[in-house]
Amino acid sequence: MKYSYYPGCTLTTKAKDLDAYGRASAQALGFELEEIADWQCCGGVYPLGSDEIATKLSSVRALHEAREKGQDLVTLCSACHHVIKRVNDDMKNVEDIRTRANNYMQLEKPYAGETNVLHFLEVLRDRVGFDVLKEKVVNPLTGKKIGAYYGCLLLRPGKILAFDNPENPAIMEDFIRAIGGEPVVYPYRNECCGGYISLKEKELSKSMCDTIMESASGFGAEMLITACPLCLYNLNKSVEEKLPVYYFTELLAEALGVKEEVDRA
Amino acid sequence: MQRIGVFVCHCGSNIAATVDVEKVVEIIRQEPGVVHAEDYQYMCSEVGQAKIADAIHEKGLTGIVVCSCSPRMHETTFRKAAERAGLNPYMVEIANIREHCSWIHKDVEEATKKAVILARAAIAKVNLNAPLKPGESRVTKRALIIGGGIAGIQTALDIADAGYEVDIVEKTPSIGGRMSQLDKTFPTLDCSACILTPKMVEASAHEKITIYTYSEVEKVTGFVGDFTVDIRKKARSVDMDKCTGCGVCQEKCPSKKAPSEFNRGLSNRSAIYTPFAQAIPNVPVIDREHCLKFQKGKCGVCAKVCQAGAIDYEQKDEIVTEKYGAIVVATGFDVIKLDNYDEYAYSQSKDVITSLELERIMNAAGPTKGHLERLSDGKAPREMVFIQCVGSRCADDRGKSYCSKICCMYTAKHAMLIRDKYPDVNVTVFYIDVRTPGKNFDEFYRRAVEDFGVNYIKGQVGKVAPQPNGRLLVQASDLLDNRQIKMEADMVVLAAAIEPNPDVRKIATMLTASIDTNNFLTEAHAKLRPVESPTAGVFLSGVCQGPKDIPETVAQAGAAAVKAIGLLAKDKLLTNPCTAHSDELLCNGCSTCANVCPYGAITYEVRQVNDHGIREDRRLAVVNEALCQGCGACTVACPSGAMDLKGFSNRQILAEVDAICQ
Repeated sequence: MKYSYYPGCTLTTKAKDLDAYGRASAQALGFELEEIADWQCCGGVYPLGSDEIATKLSSVRALHEAREKGQDLVTLCSACHHVIKRVNDDMKNVEDIRTRANNYMQLEKPYAGETNVLHFLEVLRDRVGFDVLKEKVVNPLTGKKIGAYYGCLLLRPGKILAFDNPENPAIMEDFIRAIGGEPVVYPYRNECCGGYISLKEKELSKSMCDTIMESASGFGAEMLITACPLCLYNLNKSVEEKLPVYYFTELLAEALGVKEEVDRA
Repeated sequence: MQRIGVFVCHCGSNIAATVDVEKVVEIIRQEPGVVHAEDYQYMCSEVGQAKIADAIHEKGLTGIVVCSCSPRMHETTFRKAAERAGLNPYMVEIANIREHCSWIHKDVEEATKKAVILARAAIAKVNLNAPLKPGESRVTKRALIIGGGIAGIQTALDIADAGYEVDIVEKTPSIGGRMSQLDKTFPTLDCSACILTPKMVEASAHEKITIYTYSEVEKVTGFVGDFTVDIRKKARSVDMDKCTGCGVCQEKCPSKKAPSEFNRGLSNRSAIYTPFAQAIPNVPVIDREHCLKFQKGKCGVCAKVCQAGAIDYEQKDEIVTEKYGAIVVATGFDVIKLDNYDEYAYSQSKDVITSLELERIMNAAGPTKGHLERLSDGKAPREMVFIQCVGSRCADDRGKSYCSKICCMYTAKHAMLIRDKYPDVNVTVFYIDVRTPGKNFDEFYRRAVEDFGVNYIKGQVGKVAPQPNGRLLVQASDLLDNRQIKMEADMVVLAAAIEPNPDVRKIATMLTASIDTNNFLTEAHAKLRPVESPTAGVFLSGVCQGPKDIPETVAQAGAAAVKAIGLLAKDKLLTNPCTAHSDELLCNGCSTCANVCPYGAITYEVRQVNDHGIREDRRLAVVNEALCQGCGACTVACPSGAMDLKGFSNRQILAEVDAICQ
């Protein structure tokens, strides 16, 4: 199975791990991530201005290219996933945005939200299957108590992201189980880490991350996993009950026995 | 050609301030067929009606047009006036120049022009009117009540006391409904069971009342005054005549893991069970899904211990067919499922409960024998938080758009009772608005705040987070203080929205009773006919029509009973003569009309037709005039124009349209 893949800027700089482990794991699991040619930054934040078109165009270009190849579009970064999925929804359902974006793009065949946008975790759950993943695990993370940290971008708005129940999600816990770990469910796993507010009001973001860390360690987590570079950055700034935070792909690569390969490269 | 009289009403200034009524009379007087025209200040008054009667006598009128308010208001008044003067009442037409004209326009000239046009349309119609005569149908003097909660019980008692036979059909093994699950009732704090059980006993002992418990309505045919209903008596596996209600079978039953419906799943019951101690009838039911005998073929303990030999594993469902003149729906409510409200951790924590679950916990016969304790560890709570409007007054499709109406009061009740019985427990209530209209209601709420020290905070809770220490962290905003709150609680109680019993959809379909988007049954008129369904002979009692508390439910139950009695007291019913009929030469038997008929009034029969000398058998639509409500859907749907409505024929409607477009 071949997917169009949109890595996003952060995965080529600060979050290289998220990307490298993801690609290696995909290979081990037998699906191919074909990087979109000439992809551009998604903008990082979904633009809420209703008259804002320009900042949506890079997503539309990626979505359009995937459609032309007849492939689903896979993302790894929560923020990219959020932006691209919401822009895709706009292109499908908001006539004004669709018309204006297409007027600008001058495509041979206008784009109207045809591409299926999948997060890597959704590929694991819905395409590979967690049961199949479990069979392919060579180094199960037995005995590791792992807290899933979802953040908000993957879950909300629930109807558009359609990723999991935003108030009580389960996909990352199921993932942890599949790689042999023991998921620790804690109530703050779907709360915001502060996002970009950490640039402006460090203390606020830190206190939000502290709440998350305290809750996770209070329920017995030994480490956290996330799919979001910004969450990882913010959580690492937390001082209370500090737990190590990993990209979920790192643990996946480890479980699949391809981590060392990546580390060596 | 008819001899038509036109009567233009001023309605005080309601019409006359915007419509130049004298000018309307002036113009209409010139219309062909109009032999009399006059205006008067209040046409609906005695004097106004006398003017109509006089004109009928003096001018030999054969048709009347009254230009006045909506026919919903006074069509009957004017029809009766005409009838008294010797004219067929269906020769009267109303031109609605108030709601359709004066009330919605400002410009006098334009409004006057429109009033003339509306009058012309009515004149055009009345020109084609023919005298109509209502038919007659018989009335079966027996009422059916669907649902045996307080609403159904009260309606049954009131109808039975008036001397008519009543059957109650209740789905569960006992009558009593939601009220039987409540501990205390607001605002007087009397014990729910103490005031309900006498009513249950009275209903069961009443010689005019037959109760079918563990039974469901399966099929309804017929029409007002003459319904035929199939009732499925589900197999109880216990012979009701032999059982003495001793209860030994329930004690000895080895399968005790079935969740108790009565205790909202907070405790378990045996497979053979009566839902609660005061159940009526006091005859248990075998829940076959949890019974070892039915599931594994082994056991049979209940049959062995039953001295009366009442256990019958072979019992089968039984269908009882009965005739009724009136049907009252009293199907009640349940609280909504909280799947969409995971931020309150209802599914994650045992200490987050609904208010109905708290009723059971507070009740001496409940899962904790009436002790207030956490379901997770049995410890007494020190800090309790109540969250109001969980799923009520919701702006999106996550919950319900309406106010559930009872939650503010029962939350105040719970808060007060807890503070009274456990003074060291702190109680905080988060609310959007406190709504306590009702006799002694606001006083009750104020007592909770002022005398019992319940802490009310205006603001919604965003998250309830179970803590590693076993407590619950409640995050909320205080809108009056404009601050964020984080507080730990030992128990959180959710005032979950109420919704109509899900079965009501099925029942409404059987009764062709209309239902709104929230599954509440629709009343015939929101203000003036609040206990009647638009379907003749079907009445509404209790929460199936809309959220209400016990006193309101009982009042509505009585009102529904009166309406049903009014129907049962009649020997014959006059049927509305404005019914559909099919022209057999035009009908091609396509079924389109039957598919759109909301009342099931159209059937098909094969009849010999003489079509211009050719005799052949054809499949033809036949309208049951007793069922037809004259809605006209079939006349519009009929592709061949065979369907027509008496009093509203296609010709009459088109004549009106022509008159308007002149």
